[in-house]
Amino acid sequence: MSEAITVPQNGKQPSYLEYQGKHKGLLGWILSTDHKRIGILYFIAIMSFFLVGATFGFLMRLELIAPGKTIIDAQTYNSFFTLHGVVMIFLFIIPGIPAIFGNFFLPILIGAKDVSFPRLNLLSWYLYIIGGALAIISILLPGGPIDTGWTFYIPYSIRTNTNVIPALFAAFVLGFSSILTGLNFVTTVHRLRAPGMDWFKMPLSVWSLYSTAWVQVLATPIIGITLLLVIIERTFGVGLFDPALGGDPVLFQHLFWIYSHPAVYIMILPAMGVVSEIIPVFARRTIFGYKFIAMSSVAIALFGSLVWAHHMFTAGMSNTGQFIFSLLTMVVSIPSAIKVFNWTATLYKGSIELATPMLFVLAFIFQFSIGGLTGVMQGILSVDIMIHDTSFIVAHFHYVMFGGTGFGLFAAMHYWFPKMFGKMYNEKISKTAFWFLFVGFNTLYFPMFIMGWLGMPRRYFDYLPEFQTYHVISTVGSWILITGVLLMFGNLYVALRKGKKITERNIWGGETLEWQIETPPIHENFIDIPVVNSTPYQYLQNDEVTINNQEVK
Amino acid sequence: MSSQEHSAAHVHRDDIGARMGMWLFLFTELILFGGMFILYSVYRYKYPNAFHLAAKELNTIIGTFNTAILLTSSLTMALSITAIQRKQKTLSIFFQMLTIVLAMGFMINKYFEWTAKFHHGIYPGSEILLAKDSGEIIFFGLYYVMTGLHGLHVIIGVVLIAIMMRLTSKGIINNDSYVKLESAGLYWHLVDIIWIFLFPLFYLIT
Amino acid sequence: MEHNHEENLENTQHNHSYGIYILVWFALMALTGITVAVAGINFGGLTIATALLIASVKTYFVLTIFMHLKSESKTFRLFVGVAILFLLISFVLLFSDYSFIVRN
Repeated sequence: MSEAITVPQNGKQPSYLEYQGKHKGLLGWILSTDHKRIGILYFIAIMSFFLVGATFGFLMRLELIAPGKTIIDAQTYNSFFTLHGVVMIFLFIIPGIPAIFGNFFLPILIGAKDVSFPRLNLLSWYLYIIGGALAIISILLPGGPIDTGWTFYIPYSIRTNTNVIPALFAAFVLGFSSILTGLNFVTTVHRLRAPGMDWFKMPLSVWSLYSTAWVQVLATPIIGITLLLVIIERTFGVGLFDPALGGDPVLFQHLFWIYSHPAVYIMILPAMGVVSEIIPVFARRTIFGYKFIAMSSVAIALFGSLVWAHHMFTAGMSNTGQFIFSLLTMVVSIPSAIKVFNWTATLYKGSIELATPMLFVLAFIFQFSIGGLTGVMQGILSVDIMIHDTSFIVAHFHYVMFGGTGFGLFAAMHYWFPKMFGKMYNEKISKTAFWFLFVGFNTLYFPMFIMGWLGMPRRYFDYLPEFQTYHVISTVGSWILITGVLLMFGNLYVALRKGKKITERNIWGGETLEWQIETPPIHENFIDIPVVNSTPYQYLQNDEVTINNQEVK
Repeated sequence: MSSQEHSAAHVHRDDIGARMGMWLFLFTELILFGGMFILYSVYRYKYPNAFHLAAKELNTIIGTFNTAILLTSSLTMALSITAIQRKQKTLSIFFQMLTIVLAMGFMINKYFEWTAKFHHGIYPGSEILLAKDSGEIIFFGLYYVMTGLHGLHVIIGVVLIAIMMRLTSKGIINNDSYVKLESAGLYWHLVDIIWIFLFPLFYLIT
Repeated sequence: MEHNHEENLENTQHNHSYGIYILVWFALMALTGITVAVAGINFGGLTIATALLIASVKTYFVLTIFMHLKSESKTFRLFVGVAILFLLISFVLLFSDYSFIVRN
């Protein structure tokens, strides 16, 4: 391994941004196996696709501001909601936090110099790019963009003449990207922890990423094979799902959701990990119930694989099946609730600083609670019969995926940005952006609960006039939200270019390893691998234990 | 947090980590095929008689023979690792080569099986197949897809082992460092395990 | 230096002899033979159960001896257990639906 390292000034090593290895310039980035650079590569790619997905959403909301055709026709609308789903789910939310912040910080958080398989890591990114390119190509090819909904249900997905195969293939490739990242993270956490860091001394975000990684490895192949089979079915007319040939469309749904339900835990677990990181720092309190939060991450990953058919209650299941899955769905909410209780308990009597990351985290708790509780509602059979395939469901999953994971990602961005880039953003603007996002988000999605409850179906291009008021409010909410999005990214972009330089190692007063190292980190993260001898989040000096009204320090 | 004198200036070698990564990858393959086994089990539950009927088209003797071939190839793969552990480089390469030969034998048998069926007009989308019962159409759909994907993995395995042969002959795989060969072996054994389940489910339900 | 030596030791284990592999191979061939023989006899539902049971035994041998699971650390065995559990759960829960569908 021969590398030209630039001469350190004052004995200081260059940061990972300035480091020059085997390649220079752009090549030094797109051929880099440095987990930090790969994290940044993902950051750029994922945010670009977020904006693509957001554009589809924006246009959908514009269409829905009035009944009947407003700006696009029905076929286009069908493609838009399909692509909005495909892009947001496979290209934004699922990779999201693990690919950007997991890649950048997981090795640092456990005191390692990189992941177990750095080259595989780079391959994951390339697979992501290829998958993304395939998705874009599927929009542009003749035949028209796919219009099946992101769930690709049989039989329509084998009958429609739109570009199903490229879209499915894109999802297939993206699945492999996800699998390889998961494989890397599991091995890394097992093999590369710093001396002294046993399992229950790991930061909670590592527990989350680890649990997520297992779901990525085990669940993703199911959708891999399912999509492959649909591609084969379309190409060769084999007879696997096609009811005309004896196949069972409901079986497709089973296989689809055996992945796609655990997938939502791939989405939410890392965000919960971020919340667990941020709360202790900005409440200046030791996290409440560390072991419970750690174990609940594992429990969520485990139980999350038991509930998939609650997406199918109205599809033609047996009564027994419906009953069993409804029961299991109640169970899976428990570990999530444990987390919410523990976070709240950590806030209690804390010394709360409402910095931007904390604002996003508090919004997360509020929005995730709404999303989670409505999820439990949907798990009740009699309720789900009425609200399945209505806007209620749409509101539910946006509250957990966007209000939850999305805001968690924004929190992570604002928390770790100074460490990643050695620059600080304008906090007045970041907080303003937050409020636009918070107000916009809730204005956009809360009305959907109400109109869904009243009967407004989802994936409908047209609707009855009685729903229009809700749609108007919702669309206005989308405008406020978009303003917030643009403000937030604009602010960070300006900070990148000419924000205040930060060299301080620990601007927030965090207790995890990334706050002990250089800002921005050097190429190998640590000059010497640390020896760990305590659990993270020790803010003992702020914990009050009152026994008989006496303060014990 | 004190620092320790541990500088990993050398390329960090972690054989256990490498094997761990390979096992995790094998899980993805296991579940990939597991999805197809799920399909098989549901449809067999749904069409028991049609499956029984359709399976008669398959040749149990060739199937059994192929099973024996693949099991033997697993043996030769395991033996190649013991050989390199004992510095018996030529023997190791011989066993790897034998594994490839057996794998090719498997594929040749498969080729004959498939072409025989094509000859009888039984292939996805064919008139003869479409005229049959739903359950039989599904059976053959599953047959082609599952043995086809399995065959693809056999070919990938052959390529992998061929690469290992080259690395062994160049001394990159040696008695001190053979985790690559072990990983290739793990992959190969999984391909064998999948066939161990495919065999009775397709060939022995008459 | 010592650290590297330890590394090497932990990195190169599982020395199986040729003999044990050949023994296992015999067992696998025998079990295959039994499977084929049993298949000829019609036990109804039991035939498939027997076939799958024998396949599982064969798989167990391949996993523990050929794939060295026996000599790996507990972690590896736990991993395999988790993966198999995931697959098993999916099967069982799926059939908790399919076994009870009433078709006219």
